[in-house]
Amino acid sequence: MTSDSTRLVCENLACERGGRLVFSGINFAVKAGEALILTGRNGAGKSTLLRVVAGLLRASAGRIKLTGGIDEMGTAEQAHYQGHLDAIKPSLTVAENLQFWARFLGAPADASIEPALEAVDLAALADLPAAYLSAGQKRRLSIARLLAVKRPLWLLDEPTSALDTQSQGRLAAFMRQHLAGGGLILAATHGPIGLDAPRELKMGAAG
Amino acid sequence: MNALLALLLRDMRLATRVGGGALMGALFYFVVVSMIPFAIGPDLNLLARIGPAVLWIGALLASLLALDRLFASDHDDGSLDLLTMSTLPLELTVAAKAIAHWLTTALPLIVITPVLGLMLNVDMSAMGFVALSLVAGTPALTFIGLIGAALSVTLRRGGLLMAILVLPLTVPVLIFGVAAANAAIVGPAPFGPPFTILCALSLASFVLGPFAAAAALRQGQE
Repeated sequence: MTSDSTRLVCENLACERGGRLVFSGINFAVKAGEALILTGRNGAGKSTLLRVVAGLLRASAGRIKLTGGIDEMGTAEQAHYQGHLDAIKPSLTVAENLQFWARFLGAPADASIEPALEAVDLAALADLPAAYLSAGQKRRLSIARLLAVKRPLWLLDEPTSALDTQSQGRLAAFMRQHLAGGGLILAATHGPIGLDAPRELKMGAAG
Repeated sequence: MNALLALLLRDMRLATRVGGGALMGALFYFVVVSMIPFAIGPDLNLLARIGPAVLWIGALLASLLALDRLFASDHDDGSLDLLTMSTLPLELTVAAKAIAHWLTTALPLIVITPVLGLMLNVDMSAMGFVALSLVAGTPALTFIGLIGAALSVTLRRGGLLMAILVLPLTVPVLIFGVAAANAAIVGPAPFGPPFTILCALSLASFVLGPFAAAAALRQGQE
């Protein structure tokens, strides 16, 4: 699905919310195997930028283009979005939650979710209703979604929040693996994310 | 298709699990309709005459009852964001959710209708037709309600606003639904014409509802 020529280009992006300009004149390009970390103070527009790229908010100016992926699909359809919310239904079991997202987001029908659950160390809890999970376990279940369905672009908003150090290490390994496979990552974060010398886009200073 | 089926099954599963609204609609319907004989008194003729109207009003309120959480619960836990990032058109996603809602909320309500007919002194032979009019008409209620649910998704107390928005739009369904049920019970007008119009209303809202709801959701994300 991903190829070495996948490339995300954002030109002159601006976004306005509630009559206030959150950011403007954002330019960047991310190519296959590359991660771009968004930093900046609270309210600088990191989350907003991720939501704009995910197609969840409309940009008031500029354009976003993902080239080299699957031509007939938009950026949003080729991206995984991991926001502040985990998109987990408490009354479904851990396995049912992941199974649903895997099937809905377009994993092959015969694909198993077992490896993804194993990878985030939740396989033992597969039959437990998600209501009983801790915040960190929910976050891990949410991350398992990124592994269960292959999409080239990962949009991660504070991905390490609620995770213990061991899980943070695991997440960093997933990200390195994703990049090695020709994936792209755009992540907003305050702390170190566990990648070696990622590129950084500082927001808010120019805005 | 795989993705749509997954969504349909998930929503049906959620509705029938703890905290889901599947049986609430049917129970609410049961309670509302059972209250009527207590309020009206033991006038059997009067009960038979207003029976179809009472059943339809009950069905209308019950099917709107659970609708306000249709998108709001997905919005609150972030699922709605991911639902819109699928390769499926949002219109189909929305339609699948509505069908799941109809299967889990309206269908049980139709199943218990014959029992409620007894309380309202409606002839058993006519109950089949009343149930049939509900089968034909409740999809219209669900798909019209879908628009209201999508419009009020980001509002905290969206349920009340939704009822105010949606109830006036359901007036034609109510008129022809009661007309069809009345025709079956007391006559003399034939059952066919109002029933056919009811089917037409359901089909039209099946086509328009998902488009309007998807447009409302896209706007609401801003």
